[in-house]
Amino acid sequence: MKKLLATILTPVLLASMVVNAGQAITIKGSDTMVILAQRWAEAYMAKHPGTTIQVTGGGSGTGLAALVNGATDIATSSRPMKSSEMNQLKERYASLGVEVKTAKDGITVYVSESNPVKELTMDQVREIFTGKITNWKDVGGKDAKIILYSRENNSGTYVYFRDNVLKGKDYAANAQHMPGTAAVVNAVSKDPNSIGYGGAAYAKGVKELAIKKNASTPGVVPNAETIKSGAYPISRYLYLYLRNRPTGETKAFIDWILTAEGQSIATKVGYFPAK
Amino acid sequence: MDTRKEIPEGLRRRFRPSDWIAAQIIRLVAVTSLIMIFLIMLFVVREAAPVLKTQSHHGAELSKSSTSSESGEESTPAGVESYGETPAVQETYGEDPASKDTSAATTAAVQDDPYGTPGGSMSADEIENTKVEEVPPFTFSNLFSTSWSPVSSQAPSFGIWPLIMGSLKVTFVSLLFAAPIGILAALYTTTFAPKWTRDFLKPIIEILAGIPTVVLGFFSLMILASLLQNIFGMDYRLNALVGGIGLSFTVIPIIFTLSDDAINAVPKYLTEGSLALGATKWETNFLVVLPAAIPGIFAALLLGLGRAFGETMIVLMATGNAAMLDPVLTNPVRTLSASIGAEMAEVVVGDLHYSVLFFLGVVLFAFSFALNAIAEFYIRARMMKRFKGI
Amino acid sequence: MNKKVKGMLAMGITAFSALLCVLMVLWILGTVGWYGASSLSWEFLTQAPTEGMTAGGIFPCIVGTAALVLLMSVIGVPVGTITAIYLSEYVDRGSIVAKWVRFSVNTLAGIPSIVFGLFGLGFFIQFGGGGLDSLFYGGKLTWAQPNILWASLTMALLTLPVVIVSVEEALRNVPQELRSASLALGATRWETIWKVVLPNCTTGILTGVILAVSRGAGEVAPILFTGVAYFLPSLPQGLDSQFMHLGYHVYVMATQSADVEGTRGIQYATTFVLLALTFTLNFSAVYLRAQLRKRSIQ
Repeated sequence: MKKLLATILTPVLLASMVVNAGQAITIKGSDTMVILAQRWAEAYMAKHPGTTIQVTGGGSGTGLAALVNGATDIATSSRPMKSSEMNQLKERYASLGVEVKTAKDGITVYVSESNPVKELTMDQVREIFTGKITNWKDVGGKDAKIILYSRENNSGTYVYFRDNVLKGKDYAANAQHMPGTAAVVNAVSKDPNSIGYGGAAYAKGVKELAIKKNASTPGVVPNAETIKSGAYPISRYLYLYLRNRPTGETKAFIDWILTAEGQSIATKVGYFPAK
Repeated sequence: MDTRKEIPEGLRRRFRPSDWIAAQIIRLVAVTSLIMIFLIMLFVVREAAPVLKTQSHHGAELSKSSTSSESGEESTPAGVESYGETPAVQETYGEDPASKDTSAATTAAVQDDPYGTPGGSMSADEIENTKVEEVPPFTFSNLFSTSWSPVSSQAPSFGIWPLIMGSLKVTFVSLLFAAPIGILAALYTTTFAPKWTRDFLKPIIEILAGIPTVVLGFFSLMILASLLQNIFGMDYRLNALVGGIGLSFTVIPIIFTLSDDAINAVPKYLTEGSLALGATKWETNFLVVLPAAIPGIFAALLLGLGRAFGETMIVLMATGNAAMLDPVLTNPVRTLSASIGAEMAEVVVGDLHYSVLFFLGVVLFAFSFALNAIAEFYIRARMMKRFKGI
Repeated sequence: MNKKVKGMLAMGITAFSALLCVLMVLWILGTVGWYGASSLSWEFLTQAPTEGMTAGGIFPCIVGTAALVLLMSVIGVPVGTITAIYLSEYVDRGSIVAKWVRFSVNTLAGIPSIVFGLFGLGFFIQFGGGGLDSLFYGGKLTWAQPNILWASLTMALLTLPVVIVSVEEALRNVPQELRSASLALGATRWETIWKVVLPNCTTGILTGVILAVSRGAGEVAPILFTGVAYFLPSLPQGLDSQFMHLGYHVYVMATQSADVEGTRGIQYATTFVLLALTFTLNFSAVYLRAQLRKRSIQ
């Protein structure tokens, strides 16, 4: 029994000592961006064999907290840094941090494929999600109750959509909060009278609505062109945060992300170039 | 247990230190679970404590916690609104020509500047001024408002009534299904069923009990929700009904197992007496055995209730998570446990929102503790009395 | 209505309820088995997720789950076994201490799993990890963040009642005569327990371990914010690493995957693997316990 315990425990303890051995750039944060960051890291490491980059997820908040505490070099975030986090950085490092906009993500409004509605104005989207319009017939659809799907309130997408589409108003109380964009897409694809929103890269099995800035302008479909040019009105940035202006390998890595090569990886993962 | 009692005084073993030490260590470890209950209570309440104070939540506990190891006195209740969200501030980031940095690789247009250094272009005074404007102080009464909107851009509201309502709704639905099925199946297994059926049924129920809740949540989300919507044509695909039925899959084994124990514990002479007096088998089982087992069955229901009230993964996946305060069972609901599960991962540690989520944990803990205490002391005592009294 | 019909009806209702339970189990298993088995392959079990978790396998999840339950057992089983020894060998059933310990074990079993997660965050990560960091690492964030150690500790606490209950049952099945004989030959109480009682109930302890592992492999709520990660490019490196987990993988693939329709196969196959794992464990526990009961009857 004792021997058994010893044989189990020793490797575990040994393993725990070897951690943090090599010098590496560490990236931590947003679950939305972990795959993108991982792709960047892989491609960059393939080109620069001397550099090691470690990527971990955990959530935007987790990454930014780690940045404040010095546990990571780079934090990825799908939302801008909060004032509380900036205050913490300011107290520790007398810096408000460095923000890098690495890619653009288009937020699409989804409806079920069977829904006859093809386009909505920004005002209509806002009134639907704040609960003023509750029936599809008010926006040119059939006579049916509108079922709202939103993201969970800890997500960057939730905050972005509320601030930029709902103009800061709160979602209707009957909006259902889904833990991920995939859950929204899944729900909308199965629910004929529903509407939801999320990243453009996720829209599979649902119909993406064209959005009109106002009643007189033509509807714009979200795609690489329109999101890049800004013609599509709902898009946001994905961020990297650092404590201070990057130097050395970190700088080389971030500069590389912003080159055409780095940006093309973002496009492959389903996002859009930052510029 | 204590074999020493039978040994005559003269033959008693002498005191051995090694034995004594072993006994002490064992005793110490054994009370761990007792200590753990206190620790759980203590630490969940400790993290929730800022909520219970009515003024600023930045207390002594907070500066201890490592992720916010700054002295908290100048931070305002945060997480409540975001500096970065206000457009005025965002513009100073890299898009304001003043903050353009010449050391960056590109020097042309501002938009081409890859890094914005907000600190670089600001004087120390300005950095001081980048604090958030005051939010109305959080008061305890905020917890009892009727809307749960913790990251609202206006004043956030942490009303727990919709969440409690949500938890109660799914719990009600799950018991509505699980209680009759669990109790009757247990009655069948212990009384009517032939032996081979019993040997077959019990492992089946153990299988049901062994299915991880995340699998049940996945099943409810993918299969059950679509099936129920197709049958009943509900507006909402994910709602309290779907979540409740999904939950009943985990509650049935609990009610079944404990009812089974309770029915088995009914003394045989009751059954025999009843049969001897000419009652039929079903009359005996329904009118004598079942009533006699009622305290035990009640305990089973209480523990099933506690399980349903606190279960997380199923309701997180299958109820739609909209914090609505109405009694309609086909509307989506947001439960206490699902709110913690969904929101905790990305909340800033030490935030007001963080503390409120811990407060929800305190509510869940208190509820399950109370249920367990009732089941333990009151019901057991009644059951003993009843059987002794007969 | 005649008495016989009434009787049949009464029995029919109970039999129907029992049948319903069986159908539920078959329905769930059948669905998962049907959809899951078709996308299962050797590569699926031995590869890491690729293409942004829309292709590839679940190898890191299997490793993460295994590491979690291993660590959990190493921590939780000794504590649970000792508590059970205390309850069955050292105190009278009716004593006050035994009553309180038993009550707290039952309470522990009834606490919602998400509250264990909160406790893990508040106690292990913030208090324990934070304390370690400020004492030994000069405030550098090292242990005060989610990792596999804290998740295992949380899980060990959650599964403690399972271990205690099964070991206690096994201990009770060891014949009293064995203890008396050992004590009569001059062995101390500890020697009796260590050399006579425990070797006779290894099956019971094993049952407890298996049940705890099965519970630990399936629970997701307690590790949501104490250590599990959405995606990790490498396997856990040490006690301070985060890990991927089968149950959590089911959850994220169903709700947060980049392509929810295209990964349906992965979702069902992961669920299938998780179910197969917990079943194998549960069945061996049921089998062992049946053996144990048979032996104690003899």
